[in-house]
Amino acid sequence: MLGPQSSLVMYDEEYKRIMTLIEKLLRESNSNVIFLVDKNGQMIAATGATENLDTTSLASLTAGNIAATGGLAKLIGEKEFSILFHEGEKDNIHISIIGGRIILVVIFDQRSSLGLVRLRVKKASIELAGILDDLVRKTEIHDEAPGVDSPFAEITDDDIDNLFN
Amino acid sequence: MSFINYASREINCKIVYYGPGLCGKTTNLQYIYNKTAQDAKGKMISLATETERTLFFDFLPLALGEIRGFKTRFHLYTVPGQVFYDASRKLILKGVDGVVFVADSQEERLDANIESMENLKDNLEEQGFQLEKLPFIIQYNKRDLPNCTPVEELRKLLNPDGVPDLEACAASGEGTFETLKAVAKQVLIDLKKGS
Repeated sequence: MLGPQSSLVMYDEEYKRIMTLIEKLLRESNSNVIFLVDKNGQMIAATGATENLDTTSLASLTAGNIAATGGLAKLIGEKEFSILFHEGEKDNIHISIIGGRIILVVIFDQRSSLGLVRLRVKKASIELAGILDDLVRKTEIHDEAPGVDSPFAEITDDDIDNLFN
Repeated sequence: MSFINYASREINCKIVYYGPGLCGKTTNLQYIYNKTAQDAKGKMISLATETERTLFFDFLPLALGEIRGFKTRFHLYTVPGQVFYDASRKLILKGVDGVVFVADSQEERLDANIESMENLKDNLEEQGFQLEKLPFIIQYNKRDLPNCTPVEELRKLLNPDGVPDLEACAASGEGTFETLKAVAKQVLIDLKKGS
């Protein structure tokens, strides 16, 4: 599992594997939108009807939500609440924690059901956890060889100043 | 911590504005939001009480442009400043890449500043961070008010380590972008070191 202070790094290969997996989950669970968020609120991947959604805000609020319920869990002696479910008039949100750090969010309406979503999410979670493990291993290998093909080692003060001009 | 996405060529960093209640953290974000071009910002979210006091956090996503072919995004957060929201403050510090401490320059808020600074250190330590090792900027806010503590005195009390500090008046915007720039620069330099 990723430690609390390690940077999350996403590579092309794992990103494609994740996208394939969540696209499959979207179809099989008959849901509208699926996205993956880092516990710090960074959007990792999204699929489905995201055109009219503010996914950045959704990501940040989801992480805030998980953080707040995680705080509640600790207060009553639980490690975390690994699944959250919010029921609306039309749309519902199913949130689950994968591998201790990544949050899987499924938005669905009456064309699906909580039971179906839970079932499909459970199956996909195991595969997702496997991909995340691969990602962590890859990141560790890169960390052991700092500077190797990293685009940031070459950043100059001018590069940084140019961002603000 | 930062999220580097090689697939979409993006880098995301999290900056937290900390400080005592009513020191101007939300005002800093609001000014930045109002003065940033539409295509460079996302929606600003404020989880506040009915009296517009921050309840959980404010959130402002900013896209600063590209650096070495990577889109650079900064997520700005504020914490709720009021003392009794400590549990929420701890949560927001998770995964932080850089901290701005907004000090309220008014004489009567001197103790509140010191208390908040101690609280910041304690909460960071609880998350496994050391303030000395994080990109950190101090902003002396509300310099336009008549009952200000001299900067030298604030510096002595709040900034014994001599981290970069700036004067500001967030309500009129003076110093807000300079503060953001200073912390963003430190975060990127940190990234360069760690890469």
